[in-house]
Amino acid sequence: MHLPRFAPSRLVLTAALAAAAAGAWAQSTDPVRVGLLSTLSGPGAGLGVDIRDGFQLAVKLNGGKLGGRPAEVIVADDQANPEVGRQTADRLIKRDKVDFMTGIVFSNVMLAVGTPTFQSKTFYISANAGPSQYAGEQCSPYFFSASYQNDNMHEAVGKTVTDKGFKRVALIAPNYPAGKDALTGFKRFYKGEIASETYTALNQLDYGAELSKLRATKPDAVYIFLPGGLGINFIKQFVGAGLSKDITLFGPGFSGDEDVIKAVGEPMLGMFNTSQWGHDMDNAANKKFVAEFEKEYGRLPTLYAAQGYDAARLMDAGVRDSKGKLDDKAAVKKALEAAKFDSVRGAFKFNTNHFPIQDYYLRVITRDTKGRITNRTLGTVFKSHADAYATNCKMPGL
Amino acid sequence: MSGILLLEQALNGLQLGLMLFLLAAGLTLVFGIMDMVNLAHGSLYMVGAYLIATATQASGSYWWGLAAGVAGTALFGVLLEVSVLRRLYRRDHVTQVLGTFAILLMCNETVRMIWGSQPLSLNPPAALSGPVELLPDFFYPAFRLLIIVVGLATALLLYLLVTRTRLGMQVRAGASNRDMALAMGTNVQRLFTAVFGLGAALCALAGGMLGPLLAVQVGMGESILILAFVVIVIGGIGSIRGALVGALLVGMVDSGGRTLLPMVFESLFGAALAADAAPAVASILIYVLMAAVLFFKPRGLFPAHG
Repeated sequence: MHLPRFAPSRLVLTAALAAAAAGAWAQSTDPVRVGLLSTLSGPGAGLGVDIRDGFQLAVKLNGGKLGGRPAEVIVADDQANPEVGRQTADRLIKRDKVDFMTGIVFSNVMLAVGTPTFQSKTFYISANAGPSQYAGEQCSPYFFSASYQNDNMHEAVGKTVTDKGFKRVALIAPNYPAGKDALTGFKRFYKGEIASETYTALNQLDYGAELSKLRATKPDAVYIFLPGGLGINFIKQFVGAGLSKDITLFGPGFSGDEDVIKAVGEPMLGMFNTSQWGHDMDNAANKKFVAEFEKEYGRLPTLYAAQGYDAARLMDAGVRDSKGKLDDKAAVKKALEAAKFDSVRGAFKFNTNHFPIQDYYLRVITRDTKGRITNRTLGTVFKSHADAYATNCKMPGL
Repeated sequence: MSGILLLEQALNGLQLGLMLFLLAAGLTLVFGIMDMVNLAHGSLYMVGAYLIATATQASGSYWWGLAAGVAGTALFGVLLEVSVLRRLYRRDHVTQVLGTFAILLMCNETVRMIWGSQPLSLNPPAALSGPVELLPDFFYPAFRLLIIVVGLATALLLYLLVTRTRLGMQVRAGASNRDMALAMGTNVQRLFTAVFGLGAALCALAGGMLGPLLAVQVGMGESILILAFVVIVIGGIGSIRGALVGALLVGMVDSGGRTLLPMVFESLFGAALAADAAPAVASILIYVLMAAVLFFKPRGLFPAHG
């Protein structure tokens, strides 16, 4: 066996390099730990899966790093249950000692997890849930929304429905915080008459009773906020009951997103919905995201995936711009507030309550040039839109 | 408040009630004959729905999927009875509850391992995905109508089986007095395996019928199992007739309550309170019904035992 021979000078150099590398190693391999708590089972599972996939794609494209430090993402399922969510969050914060929390889909889970997260001084980057409570009086320096405030998308539909001249609209949403926010947001910009306002159970999958009521009230449009499997079932049953002939269906971006289109198919054609993002938006960050997502997972990304992706990129900016000193909470907060990352939705900046000020678009479901049924962005409903609660937020100190 | 709305609600209630009956029939016989509390009954419904969804995807035909899934679940039920449940009959109720709860958890996790935790999609056959015109200007979803027809036909067949056949006679004898039936020479063990297989097939049928309407997902058995228990408690344990009446009552009260209560609340207390309170009250309505029935008839409407 032939052993390489080292000259003494080369030996010293190698040792010096090794020592330097070890020093750097000690700093850079101390990973950034992220608790990704999301809904991965039950009717809302598709939403959590898309947030997770979007988040992990961003980390992967970043070479497995966040802000230059290796990322360790711990994925957990909250089962869309506030109690389970709270217990799991406790475990992530106390046992796994995560630096960031993210991923929650449902606002009732978010409200249960928020208090213990903020008390432990852990930053939460929301990839979906944006309850009005956290935008207003209960705002926290540890909460950042990389998505939207719950009311926003519904405000945009309310304006669209009014602009299109509908006079009698029936509203349906689940009986939980985001459902209340949704209809409040819709009504803030809708000027016509409300034919009926129905709140359903959050686990309800059969809408027979609600559909008969729609048939009896005869509105000219119906607005639904029914996330995930709820919306899929509603739209299928709405078409099955023959109501789609007389009543125009409107929804927020989630109710007309790729997961719903995949499950329902043709009956979705022509449905209007609003969103702060579309997979056809023309900017470099978005083009890269959509292409890489399709390559990695073989499907078009949804709004949830885009939000998961942006949450990871915001976190990346937060770690990078605080020079990786995650114990310096003020530095991390400042870095996150600056939000120096290229969002897939184009323009993005934070309001004083850590919720985004961004544009909202009208989309319609049509066939694209490849014959796929998918969303096309039609135009802008709101430019640089802020939420209605920011003035109530007296942002407390750290 | 229109006649059409009432009629449509009645049909919805009938449809839900008949599906609950398919689940409750097996549950009440197991409870009635073997004095066995089977919490894994809902798992048969879930396994049935998963098998039907998978067979439908594989064969491309809902009907073949339904046939294969029902047969597969009946077989699964028989195997479960012969291998595990048989050992629990002579134990007390607490042991049975714990044992069958363990089976329920194992079924959930096994299904999660095989099919993943996201719901499967099961679509009704294309011909039945639209509405049919029942009366002039009254449309009703074709698939819901099919559920009603299948439910009624199954209830009729079950009635004939129980009242007109030798097997049915033994089942009735076993349900009203097991010891006497044993003494008269009924092979209760074999009878029971047959009843269990039939119960599993009924569960799978309900799963296959409700799957396209709801969602095929892990844990779908639990929510419906609670309703099935409410049904047999209202109807009287061990009684097929009680299960039918109880199921229809629960179905009507549940779907009627969800439409009528918000209207009543709105006219009494105004829109704001109605939006908050009515969905909550509607969801507990069937338990109020159960409490009311038990207050007047503590053993249910049609008790099988004496």
